[in-house]
Amino acid sequence: MTRPGFVLEVDRSTPPILTWHGEGFRLESLPAGRSRVIYPPEPLESLKDPDATIRRALESPLGDSKPLRELLFPGMRLTIAFDDISLPLPPMRRPDNRQRVIEAVLDIAAAAGVDDVVLICALALHRRMTESELRHAVGDRVYDSFAPIGRLLQHDAEDPAGLVHIGVTEHGEDVEINRRAAESDLIVYVNINLVAMDGGHKSVATGLASYRSLRHHHNVRTMRHSRSFMDPEHSALHSSNWRMGRLLAASGVKIFQIETTLNNDAFPPQMAFLQKREWEWNPRDRASYAASTRGLSLLTPRLARSLFQSIKAPHAMTSVQAGEVEAVHAETTRMVHRQQLVEVQGQTDVAIFGLPHICPYNVNSIMNPILVMCMGLGYLFNLYRGRPIVREGGVAILSHPTPWAFHPVHHPSYIDFFEEVLSETTDPVAIENTYEERYATDEWYRHLYRTGHAYHGVHPFYMWYWGAHALEHLGRVIIVGGDRKAVRRLGFSPASTLADALEMASDVVGDEPTISHFHCPPIMIADVK
Amino acid sequence: MSVQLPGSQPPDKRLPVSSWSWSVARSGIRRRLRRASTFPFGSPTWPGTIALPPVEKSLGVYYDSDWARSPLARAARIALQTAVSNPLLRAVTSPTVRGLDRLADFDAPAIFAANHSSHLDAPLIVSVIPPRWRDELFVAGAADYFFDTHPKAALSALALNAVPMERQRVSRTSADRATQLLDEGWSMLIFPEGGRSPDGWGQQHRPGAAWLAVRSSVAVVPVYLEGTSRILPKGSRRPKPGRVTVNFGAPISPPSNGDSRTFARTIENAIATLADELTSDWYSARRRAAAGTTPPLSGPDATPWRRSWALGATAAPSETKRRGEQWPWNHKP
Repeated sequence: MTRPGFVLEVDRSTPPILTWHGEGFRLESLPAGRSRVIYPPEPLESLKDPDATIRRALESPLGDSKPLRELLFPGMRLTIAFDDISLPLPPMRRPDNRQRVIEAVLDIAAAAGVDDVVLICALALHRRMTESELRHAVGDRVYDSFAPIGRLLQHDAEDPAGLVHIGVTEHGEDVEINRRAAESDLIVYVNINLVAMDGGHKSVATGLASYRSLRHHHNVRTMRHSRSFMDPEHSALHSSNWRMGRLLAASGVKIFQIETTLNNDAFPPQMAFLQKREWEWNPRDRASYAASTRGLSLLTPRLARSLFQSIKAPHAMTSVQAGEVEAVHAETTRMVHRQQLVEVQGQTDVAIFGLPHICPYNVNSIMNPILVMCMGLGYLFNLYRGRPIVREGGVAILSHPTPWAFHPVHHPSYIDFFEEVLSETTDPVAIENTYEERYATDEWYRHLYRTGHAYHGVHPFYMWYWGAHALEHLGRVIIVGGDRKAVRRLGFSPASTLADALEMASDVVGDEPTISHFHCPPIMIADVK
Repeated sequence: MSVQLPGSQPPDKRLPVSSWSWSVARSGIRRRLRRASTFPFGSPTWPGTIALPPVEKSLGVYYDSDWARSPLARAARIALQTAVSNPLLRAVTSPTVRGLDRLADFDAPAIFAANHSSHLDAPLIVSVIPPRWRDELFVAGAADYFFDTHPKAALSALALNAVPMERQRVSRTSADRATQLLDEGWSMLIFPEGGRSPDGWGQQHRPGAAWLAVRSSVAVVPVYLEGTSRILPKGSRRPKPGRVTVNFGAPISPPSNGDSRTFARTIENAIATLADELTSDWYSARRRAAAGTTPPLSGPDATPWRRSWALGATAAPSETKRRGEQWPWNHKP
């Protein structure tokens, strides 16, 4: 029986709490009587037979959609789009959900005699995936069938010939998406839904869109009005994507949406202690922790990064829904909430977020300082429904080494953003007004994005905007154990230890502040009452 | 003449004296052993806000300690106390016992209720209680602490005749067992605070002792211990020799109306008065008790450092034996 998430009130008997610190973790003691630890629910049970469930979902779609079999016919143009490497986190063990679903779709397409099939990885402005990454996502059978004949593509948001302008929403938002997808008789979108923000109309309206279209919702104003963007009902990001999605549907773009959900079983059995409650650690867990921390202390940062990036999560599929986009997504969101929601009473003065080694934008890469900010203030801070876990004017304490290090192939524009933009200002609005256009249209970044494995030139800006709501909400941000120069460049305060950080926080929120420790990963959503 | 070239090794300027010594090595070993016994190397503590999981039926409150009251076990305990624990305790604590005259006319089974700030408290009280109670005395031990593993449970039962007592909630199992033993004529040692004081000051009393006294119609003997928190405070593993005073109070009979809550407050006040006696004199303490102005065991309501400061002020002078004062380390003819 899966236990739900819960909130532990820290008392004198509470053992030290595991806190992530990049490629490592620490045990931190929290002040008794005024601290609480928010624990995620335990992993839901997986589907007994995922492949059979997928086939059933394709035959019994939700909403007003016909079964997939009836939507396929000889001579049609079929485009199968799928999520990129940013999902799930950590990458899951083979077979990936995408492989299972795409193979099931192709089985039906083959039976229906569909010849013109193209697979498109919905990158938006993310980096192009490597062959091994694609093979991991879609499986060798699919890759070997389509990649050699040029029918396994990666979306190019900067290809003028490969995009088509669909129209403008009632809010003046341009909708421009991948031409092949838009001109197909049917788009089958294969999604992995890790958090409530993913999926729905966002899959096509963002994943297959261009910069011209994305800038309408990837901006400071939208982020500040998404409270949070993990809560679809109160997310301006969600609303914008829904307007775009409905315009696509009204324009005749036909989408058959397939969404899958995962449980939050994020770490292999050898690292089971990472998702257990500390007082339940058995001798094996304690030995694993001691061996891990000791072993990691002997490794160079590069080796430690390689080790952590090699982790494949034993995520298991908990549901699959297919059919009309909105009906599918409603059920998906319900399943995501079932796995991730934790009821939390009220806000605290301080929130502690231990940042893991990975975020959606550094898979097989380096978590540079901008991604540290994005992970802490963009993702973890926003994993709430209702209100943030920390009060307005409160303090967020992040724990991460925050190295002054960048992946030169994956994140070239991040380097310039860090050196040029953040040295001038950290104000999201000033950054957006002064620098975004230049980076977004820079020919060199555009070239690297289209031909190499680089994130788009504008991507670091989006990462900064991702944290705009938190920056506006918080009184101070402190990073524990980070590179001091890098932390100061981000506009935050460095601290050597958590105890020091809590002392520094008291300058802002007063003595004896109340504290929330967000015990994540695994991912959860704090339902703050 | 040798010349120091740039980049070459600097000369070894260490004194020709080894920094190694037995005391350094010993402190290193102690540090490692201490570290090895704390989380994550040792077992984690269990948050008080989380309900304990169902324990193995043979452990915790379900531990059957009847064997520890068999003639053989009692003989072994007496031998252990006489030959090992009592001499050690006397060496470490140099106890001064006061107030035993208050028990001169009292000969019935009793519940000895004491303040609690150190692991030394139970064995120390057991060692100074007059034999007529000590020979048939059991100690209420925390079921979740002393009875969570078989070795700990067996040692607690053998050495102290400890009986598991639930302290997180009222447990019929432990209450029934204690009542049965009291009815059979055994006396009991219990710490109504439920656990050791974290800072040397008293904690809120739980009503268990009063409830058992009322239920069994057994008198309560209040006991105040002063000094053990300096010798072996909570969190410390190595005792620092010092001086301890054990002050026994007069037996208090449980109320006939069965009001255990009021009786619990009476016991707490009696212990506080015994504490007050040690910081002033018996009569002043009695007057303050009569006026209801006895200083509470919980100490002043102030910041931690002021509480700690006030605790130092209440200690009797020269209560700690310094090593230099003891023979033979600083023997002066």
